[in-house]
Amino acid sequence: MQFPILSVIVFTPILAAILIFLIPGERKSEIRVVALAAATIALGLSVWAYFSYDVSVGGYQFVEKYPWLPMIGISYHVGIDGMNAPLVLLTGVVMFTGVLISWGIDDRPREFFAFLFILATGVFGVFVTLDLFMLFFFYEIAVFPMYLLISIWGWKETREYAAMKLTLYLFIGSVISLVGALAMYFSSGLGTFDMLELEKAGFSLGFQQLWFPFVFFGFAVLGGIFPFHNWSPDGHVAAPTAVSMFHAGVLMKLGAFAALRVGIMLLPDGARTWLPWVLLLTLVNVVYGAYIASVQTDFKYVIGFSSVSHMGLVIMGFATLSGDGLLGAGVQMFSHGVMTALFFAVVGMVYDQAHTREIPRLGGFRKIMPLVGVAFIVGGLVSMGMPGFSGFIAEFPIFMGVWQAQPWVAIVAAISIVVTASYIMRIIGRVFFGSLPDEYHGHVRDVTALDKVALVVLSAILVGLGVFPALMVPLVESGVQNILRLLGGA
Amino acid sequence: MEFVSNYLLSLILFTPVLAALVVFLLPRDQETLIKWISFILSFIPLLFTLYLWFNFNVNQPGFQYQENVVWYAPLNSDYHLGVDGISLTMILLTTLLTPLAILASFSIKDQVKTYMCLFFLLEMGMLGVFLSLDLLLFFVFWEFGLIPMYFLINQWGSEKGEREIWGGRKIPARTYASFKFMIYTMAGSLGLLLAIQVIGVVAGTFDIPELYQSWNSLTGKLFGLPVTTVKSIAFWAFAIAFAIKVPVWPFHTWLPDAHTEAPTAGSMILAGVLLKLGAYGFLRLVLPLYPEQAKYYAGALGLLAVLSIVLGAYASYGQTDFKRLVAYSSVNHMGFVVLGIAAAAFATDTVNANLALNGAVLQMFNHGLSAAGMFFLVGVIYERTHTRNLDGYGGLFPLIPVFGGILIFTSMGSLGLPGLGGFISEFLVVRGSWPVFTWYTVISMLGLLFTGAYILKGLKKVLHGPMNEKWVGHLSEISAREIFVITPLMLLMLSIGIWPAWILNVINRAVEMMF
Repeated sequence: MQFPILSVIVFTPILAAILIFLIPGERKSEIRVVALAAATIALGLSVWAYFSYDVSVGGYQFVEKYPWLPMIGISYHVGIDGMNAPLVLLTGVVMFTGVLISWGIDDRPREFFAFLFILATGVFGVFVTLDLFMLFFFYEIAVFPMYLLISIWGWKETREYAAMKLTLYLFIGSVISLVGALAMYFSSGLGTFDMLELEKAGFSLGFQQLWFPFVFFGFAVLGGIFPFHNWSPDGHVAAPTAVSMFHAGVLMKLGAFAALRVGIMLLPDGARTWLPWVLLLTLVNVVYGAYIASVQTDFKYVIGFSSVSHMGLVIMGFATLSGDGLLGAGVQMFSHGVMTALFFAVVGMVYDQAHTREIPRLGGFRKIMPLVGVAFIVGGLVSMGMPGFSGFIAEFPIFMGVWQAQPWVAIVAAISIVVTASYIMRIIGRVFFGSLPDEYHGHVRDVTALDKVALVVLSAILVGLGVFPALMVPLVESGVQNILRLLGGA
Repeated sequence: MEFVSNYLLSLILFTPVLAALVVFLLPRDQETLIKWISFILSFIPLLFTLYLWFNFNVNQPGFQYQENVVWYAPLNSDYHLGVDGISLTMILLTTLLTPLAILASFSIKDQVKTYMCLFFLLEMGMLGVFLSLDLLLFFVFWEFGLIPMYFLINQWGSEKGEREIWGGRKIPARTYASFKFMIYTMAGSLGLLLAIQVIGVVAGTFDIPELYQSWNSLTGKLFGLPVTTVKSIAFWAFAIAFAIKVPVWPFHTWLPDAHTEAPTAGSMILAGVLLKLGAYGFLRLVLPLYPEQAKYYAGALGLLAVLSIVLGAYASYGQTDFKRLVAYSSVNHMGFVVLGIAAAAFATDTVNANLALNGAVLQMFNHGLSAAGMFFLVGVIYERTHTRNLDGYGGLFPLIPVFGGILIFTSMGSLGLPGLGGFISEFLVVRGSWPVFTWYTVISMLGLLFTGAYILKGLKKVLHGPMNEKWVGHLSEISAREIFVITPLMLLMLSIGIWPAWILNVINRAVEMMF
């Protein structure tokens, strides 16, 4: 029997969470070591799975399938293809770096790491599952710990408001999708939740047009689509650093990916009807999100809104329904995940030292923490879509796809590039260059070695992918072929 | 040796990156060591370039030393490099100016290591633009070069000076200038990016030699518009992006700020090479990809070029800041490059076009030499006097005669004195465009009067007139290191002025075969 690599990836975090709960709360360093060990295993296995995926064969690989509730057709069915393999790797990377960055958490680290790992299991599960029911199951596992993580360890000013807002938005979104999913289950007549079966159900056009918006928008809420995006900046800002990294880096991809997997891939004809409208909404995301980001004075809100803008590009790529657009969206999910994790890590490191995130009150941090400055610049250049970094590799094909769908949308969306450049340059100039305000002299220190490891890992991925797109592109492309097949030729 | 000749262009392109890595690994506080290692390493790309120069076959049409590896497969974008006579000249200019600029930077005291690393990355970015034969790769390097330049201005720029921005808040002038440089160029590149995307979608390839064929033979409708309309829009998207970089009036306003605030070596490279990227874009992409549009709009482009020449010279004359005076002179001189390009676009396949293009390419090279030299000399005098105000000098010739002599020589090169390089290239441009755009040429030659006026004004204010007593005894003569920087530039100016054939031969064959 083949080694069940995906199941091990999915369940390592939750097993670690249980182990961590068994350790007495005051033995903090042991808790951290267990957490780091589990994160390293998950990262190692996801790297292994990523690189041993055989592009020349394609399709779903490392598949495992066991009946779970056979009488109603639910099975534990997992597998990866070109679309979700990068996302599994992304989750591994963010989990690993998130643990490194959270090393210094002193307030109940046991519960913190345990909840974080339950969240990770949920995220891994959603990405690899091929069963519609299990997808919802893992989805809720991912959303619930988020509430606790934000409301307990978050920023005191807004954490309760933000946690409640986030949870309500996401639960309502998932319920709406669930209704759509159940409609699919019953009308298919196949008596199964297996998505590979449902793909072949051949739903009628009217059915698809009716239910597509339920499924798609329900999940797209988590992807931050306008006008349902405003839970996300609040949530990002209120969350503690590692949770923000998870939240913006991975969780938003969960929404986008599920919208693609369940919405577009199961209801392709519905997608064709609705996606021109989605394209318009995402255009608002892209341009308006960038604009709002540029007028924020809170460092973390800038990054929060920049995620809205960049996730808009992901869904815009989906909405083109073209090979280029989907390819770009797939790469952008990974690239944005790593980039935004890096951003939130940097914001957290600056905040830990300065105890403020007001941009006008910061300055000169490059002198104190040079590596953090460099990391932010790398992230910033990715965010601007600067060639030579992964953002360009991702955004260029998205734009190519948009040209094929709606040329004028590409022209308008391109404005966001200059707006993004202006706010990124402003932050680099204000926060990292300039002179260090007097109040910080002697009070601020450089970051720890573990933090530096995390920053270097994240930055290296962004540069590596930008210079060698072949590290990811053929893989994603094989996944895109599968989607195009479901969309019917093209 | 086989390895070297097979991967020669990659070696030229990436040895600066290796140099940056080596420098990066040196200890931070060993500043002298860092400077010397950087200087020595910067000769490696130059040596490879010289090897390329002497092994280059001028009579072989098309691109030589090509390398072609798949880079971004789904988009059909390849890592495709190659040189012809035009790019070869520009590569020589780049790899030649970089060691000189690094030597000129020996007076840098702040964060030497980062500075040198950025400089090598800048060199790679510029070389990449000249070497790329893939549109996407071209764009990658085109944008990438911005990053190091931004930081060079932002961090090592002039420490004095403030600019008031809206809201009445004051920010350091170098912050203002670097931000303006970045946003201006990025905004210009936006149209270029969109146009490249259109080309990619329509043609399905980014390979430049292939596009020369397929993009030109396109007919029918695109996006519901006639092909010619789409091409006209794309032409202007390209033209504006490159016009900003050149810069052509009225897109030049970033340049005086960026030049004035940049550190000396940064200005040398900015004026010497970076401006050439824009002109090179016209030659490599705009003329071959849009011959009809270029011909149709050549009049407009020529008019802008004339305005650059005349107004650039006029503005230069009006400056009181020595560095700003030299900065505006770039607008003036690059105007001739664009005039030559416009004339060639209008009179395709004639001897006039050929002469104008020869002049334009040679002018790019010459302006690279003279502008780099002028900025260097401004830096030399600034380091001693800590002022750039022309009224603050006065009668310095007797105090620093060697510097004075060099300044006069370089200024004359910039002026276009017969016997020095600038004369040959400007004469070729004028000769080529006279039958094509007679009135434009007449007006731009009248503009040369202003050129003479501002150069002489600069010389007079610095070297002649009543001696400013303040400097007596406080001013040291130009040092041996500084003379070493300027000597190669002066020698090249002289050699092109006396015997232009050694370089014109390379340029001419390329121009004949290309257009």
